[in-house]
Amino acid sequence: MALTGIQIYKLLPQTNCKECSFPTCLAFAMKLAAKQVELSACPYVTEASKKQLAESAAPPIRLITLKSNGTEVKIGNEVCMFRHEKTFYNKPGLFLRVKASDPDLAKKVAEADAYKVNYVGMDFSLDGFAIEADGDFVAVVKAVREVTKRPLILIGNDAALLDSALSLLPGERALIYAADSSNFESLADAAKKHKAALAVTADSLDTLADLTQRVQSKGVQDMVLDLGGKNLGEWLTRSTQARRLALKSNFKPLGYPTIFFAAQNGVDKEAVYAAQAISKYAGFVVLDTFAPEMIYSLLVLRENIYTDPQKPIQVQPGIYEINSPKPESPVLVTTNFSITYFAVANEVEGSGLPAWLVVTDAEGMSVLTAWAAGKFDAERIAKAIKGFDVASKVSKKQIILPGHVAVLSGELEEELADWEIRVGPREAVDLPAFMKQVLN
Amino acid sequence: MPIEIPKDKWPGSIKAITIGATPAEGGTRATTITVGGQTTLPYLQFEAPTPHKPVIAIEIRSRNPDDWSPLLVEAWGDGMADPAQWAKKAEEAGADLIVLALTLEDSPEDAVKAVKSVLDATGLPLVVWGPGQAEKDNDLLVAVSEATKGERLLLGICEDKNYRTIVATAMANGHLVQARTPMDVNLSKQLNILISDMGMPKDRIIMDPTTGALGYGIEYGYSVMERLRLAALQGDAMTQFPMLVTPGFEAWKTKEAKVGDGVPEAWGDWKNRSIHWETLTTIALVEAGADIVVLRHPESVKRVRDAIEELMVPA
Ligand code: B12
Ligand code: SF4
Repeated sequence: MALTGIQIYKLLPQTNCKECSFPTCLAFAMKLAAKQVELSACPYVTEASKKQLAESAAPPIRLITLKSNGTEVKIGNEVCMFRHEKTFYNKPGLFLRVKASDPDLAKKVAEADAYKVNYVGMDFSLDGFAIEADGDFVAVVKAVREVTKRPLILIGNDAALLDSALSLLPGERALIYAADSSNFESLADAAKKHKAALAVTADSLDTLADLTQRVQSKGVQDMVLDLGGKNLGEWLTRSTQARRLALKSNFKPLGYPTIFFAAQNGVDKEAVYAAQAISKYAGFVVLDTFAPEMIYSLLVLRENIYTDPQKPIQVQPGIYEINSPKPESPVLVTTNFSITYFAVANEVEGSGLPAWLVVTDAEGMSVLTAWAAGKFDAERIAKAIKGFDVASKVSKKQIILPGHVAVLSGELEEELADWEIRVGPREAVDLPAFMKQVLN
Repeated sequence: MPIEIPKDKWPGSIKAITIGATPAEGGTRATTITVGGQTTLPYLQFEAPTPHKPVIAIEIRSRNPDDWSPLLVEAWGDGMADPAQWAKKAEEAGADLIVLALTLEDSPEDAVKAVKSVLDATGLPLVVWGPGQAEKDNDLLVAVSEATKGERLLLGICEDKNYRTIVATAMANGHLVQARTPMDVNLSKQLNILISDMGMPKDRIIMDPTTGALGYGIEYGYSVMERLRLAALQGDAMTQFPMLVTPGFEAWKTKEAKVGDGVPEAWGDWKNRSIHWETLTTIALVEAGADIVVLRHPESVKRVRDAIEELMVPA
C-alpha cells in the first residue's frame, strides 16, 4: 500500500537542507507520494528508510508473468475488493489440466490450443496448460511443447523431475505447482534455477504466510498461492481474507495472486466453481474439462467482470459495410455499444444480405439505454447520417431504425426530410427475415 | 504467529422479510420463506452468519408462452399449458417459491383464476407479476390482490411509473411489492422512498435492481448490487431490502440460450450452453448479494441450489 506524504516525511532526515531542490523535507515527501520525483534526489536518506520506501512502493499483490516463446499471461497487481472502486486489471488465466498418463494427451492439447471464440469483436482462447506429472513427464512436456506455444504449469513434487522438464523450456517462465512445507526447499531451488514461478500450498492462511516467507528467503520472489478450502464457502472466505490482508493490511506474505482448481469436487461442479473463482479474485483457474460451451461461458464472464466500469466497450462510430453493400442496399442504424453493434452486425453478416450499418456515437450505450439517456435521438441520428455522408453512397434514401425506438421515426422524418424512415424489428435475430420479406 | 484477519463491522443490516402466510397467519401457504437479515457481505461467515439462505423461484406463466426456447418446452412438457400443473412440476423441481407471470391476454377474472389454481396446486409462497404494461398491470394485480387477501404474495413489477396502484392494493390486502429500477443505486433508493412514503411497511418491500445476462450487461447489474449492499450495510435505510433478480428471464433471451443452429461452432453444445448461461449468470448475482433468484430451467435450479448449500456451510 502506498504511503502518504506524512508517512514518507517521517522516513526522511527532516533537516530541510534543500539539496533535493525543494524548500522542505515535507514538500519533497508530498511530491514523492504523488510519484512526481525520485527518492534518489535526496542524498541523505538512510538505508533503512530506503528499504521501507521501496517495500511500500511495491504493488500489494505481486504481478506474476508466465511466459512461453509464444505468449504471456499476466496476473496480479490488483488494487481493489470491488470492481466499481476502480477496476479489476489482469484477467485470471484459464488453464486446462492434462495428465501425463493420458494416452490422448497430445490430441487433447492440440484441440484445446486451437480453440478460439469471438465475443463482441474480441478473440478469446485458453491461456495455457497445466501438466500433471503422473506419467513420463519429461517426454510429455516435450510432446506438449510441440503442439502448443502457450505458457505451462507443471504439476508435481519431485524436484529432480521438474528440473529436467524445465530444462526443456529455455527462456520461458513456467509455474511449478506446488511447494508445501515438506518439499519447498528443493522446489524453490528448481524454480530459482529456471526462473519459474512457484505455487505454494498449506492448509491455513497462517501456515501459508509462514511458507511464503521461507520460500522468499530461498531467493524466489514470484509465488502463487493455493488457498485450499473444501467448498465454495470456504474458498470464498479464504480468497476474501487473503485479498483483504494484501490490500488493506499491506500484509506482504500473502501479497501474491492465487490459483484455483475448478474440478476439485467433480466435473459437475466445475463451471460453477470456476465462475465463483473468476468473480472472486482468483489469479489462475485450472479446468479439467475441455467443453467449448463451458469455456465460452467462462471467457465471457471473465471479460464482463474485468471490463473497466468507467468505459463501456465501444466500437468506432461510422458507416460499416456488411457483405459488400451496393447503392441500393438498405441502411440500418444502431449505436456504438459493442454488444449492440455485434448483435446486429453478426446477424446481418450471417444472413449473407448486404447492408450499410450506420453506427452513431451514443457514448457506448445500448439502444434503449442511449435513448433513455438522450444519446440516441433524432438529432444525433441525423447528424450521423449527414456526417458520414451516407447519401453519397446509396441510391435509396431509406433508413431502418431499431424497433425499440420506433417513437423516433416522426422526429427523424423532420430532421431528414428527404429520407424515408422505416421501423425494423425489435431484436436483431429477426433482422434477416425482415430484410428478406419486408424490404424486398 | 496467527495472522490477524481484518474484519468489517457494519452499522447497518438488511431487513429480514417473509413471503407467504400460513393458515395461522391469515393465508393458506404450507410454508413461508424468509430472506435477508444479513449483517455483512454475502457469505462472509467469518464475520457473521448468513441468517437466511438465498431462495430460488421458478417462473411459470398463466398461458403457455409461444416464444420460450424449445429447451424449456422440452424440460416442462405438457405442464406449460396449465399453470397449476406447471406450478406442481416447479415444486418438484426444487423451487422455494413460484413466480406466476400474467399475460396481456388475461382478463382480471382469468388472472384471479390462474392465481387461485396455483395456490391450490402448491403450498409454496407465490410471486405474481403483471404483464408489464402499466394499465394492464394495475387491472390484473388489483383483482388478484383483493382475491387473495392475507396471503402475503409478492406483487410486481412496481416501477416508477406504476407503483402507486400496486402499492396501494398490496397495503390494503397484506401483500408485498417488488420494486424495480433500471440498474442504478440512486433510482433504487428513490423508488423505495416513494413506496415507503405511501405508508408501505418496510418489511414488505423487495427490491429488484434489474440485471443483464452474462455477455449482455451482467457487469452493470453485478456492480449495482454490490454497491446497494454496501450502502445498506453502511446504514442507508432505503437500501436495506432483500434483492430479487431475474437471471432466468435475462439468460433465456440471449442468442446463446435461444438458438441452436447456425451459431459458431466454438459455442459448443446448445443445451449445456444454455444451462451454463443461466447458471453462471445466477451464480455471479448470488455472489453479488441476490436473495431471490428467478430461474427457468430445472437443471439450473439444481446447480444453483448445490452452490447455495456450499456457500451456506458455516465457516
Ligand atoms: C445494461 C443496461 C444499462 C447500463 C448501460 C449499458 C450500456 N453500455 O449501454 C447502465 C447501468 C449504465 C444503464 C443506465 C441507464 N439505463 Co439501462 N439498461 C441496461 C439493460 C439492463 C440492458 C441493455 C443492454 O445492454 N441490452 C443489450 C443490447 C444488445 O440491446 P440493444 O442495444 O437494444 O440491441 C438490441 C436491439 O435493440 C436490436 N437492435 C440494435 N440495433 C438495431 C438496429 C436495427 C436496424 C434493428 C432492426 C435492431 C437493432 O438488436 C439488439 C439485439 O437484439 C436494459 C434492460 C434490459 N434488460 O434490456 C436497461 C434499460 C435499457 N435502461 C433503462 C434506463 C431508463 C436507463 C437509465 C436512463 C436509468 C439509470 N439507470 O439512470 C440509464 C441511462 C444511462 C445514463 N444516463 O448514464 C431502461 C430504458 C427504458 C426505456 N424504455 O426507456 C431499460 C430498458 C431498463 C428498464 N426496463 O427500465 N443501463
Ligand atoms: S534533500 Fe533530503 S534532507 Fe534535504 S530537504 Fe530534501 S528531503 Fe530533506
